[in-house]
Amino acid sequence: MSTRNGPQGGDRAQPGSQWYDAEAGPLVRPYAMTGGRTDPGPAAARFDLIALVALDANAPEAGGDSALGPEHRAIVDLCRTEVQSVAELAAGADLPVGVVRVLLGDLLAGGCVKISRPVPPAQLPDERILREVIEGLRAL
Amino acid sequence: MAPERYEADSDPTDLSLKILVAGGFGVGKTTLVGSVSEIRPLRTEEQLSELGESVDDTGGVDRKTTTTVAMDFGRITIRSGLSLYLFGTPGQDRFWFLWDELSQGALGAVVLADTRRLEDSFPAVDFFEHRRIPFVVAVNCFPGARGYGAGDVSRALDLDQGTPVVLCDARDRDSGKEVLIRLVEYAGRMHTARLLDTVGRP
Repeated sequence: MSTRNGPQGGDRAQPGSQWYDAEAGPLVRPYAMTGGRTDPGPAAARFDLIALVALDANAPEAGGDSALGPEHRAIVDLCRTEVQSVAELAAGADLPVGVVRVLLGDLLAGGCVKISRPVPPAQLPDERILREVIEGLRAL
Repeated sequence: MAPERYEADSDPTDLSLKILVAGGFGVGKTTLVGSVSEIRPLRTEEQLSELGESVDDTGGVDRKTTTTVAMDFGRITIRSGLSLYLFGTPGQDRFWFLWDELSQGALGAVVLADTRRLEDSFPAVDFFEHRRIPFVVAVNCFPGARGYGAGDVSRALDLDQGTPVVLCDARDRDSGKEVLIRLVEYAGRMHTARLLDTVGRP
């Protein structure tokens, strides 16, 4: 599902090689996948990079028929293996974060995913959790 | 500690924490993220659109209409339902508006410094000081660089008293872990101090 870069055409001088290469930029403009929308919608607020995305009741079955587009399905499939952060989804689907946010807005509205809000800045985790983090780091 | 698998159904108490790794170009941000992360460093890209136009001087650059900013990130699973995410901030100054978003809700930051180019870390130090985001300065000890003590670096950067300075080797996992531990300890102390400060106010 790599639409960001065209096939690795490489050497243009070679007969029969592709006229486009990675330097030409994405073959499909990123926001074409969202129908030109750049706003994730009102329900979405603003998905933080570390907001966690899990599948919800309406998520389509693996390989099943659904009205979702290929990029939406790619995101659902990534969440199938484990809960993913927005940043991981962007890297996994090879899509810009802004595009992933719009797609997630659609999936959230359709009941396909649940998205957790990260800890608000004013309420940094309590001491118990920080101690847990320190112990976890030591044990790595 | 082997990272535990998440349940398919996520617990509503799932918690993710964010730590930023900042510093000048080529100081070792990606290396540090990679050495402590349990996943290979992933890169995520943000496209600049209208937001970038006011920041970027696009004069004379009529060929390129979008710029891609890459951010490195890594993950450390503390336990099921508690993960630490590390973000390497974009190095170039003109992408600073992205730092604002990245720093929202961050637990703290690591400012990586190279003693041969200490001035490269000034902008990051200023950024986190102004926003009152707890940070530690980690001096990446490059081979061949003259050895300076933590105190020398602290004075040269004119750090607030109490801001920890740690000497490290960004390539070394244990060294990177130590930097993160110092940061989390410091962030905890800062947080407690602020709470007491609020309570103490009339």
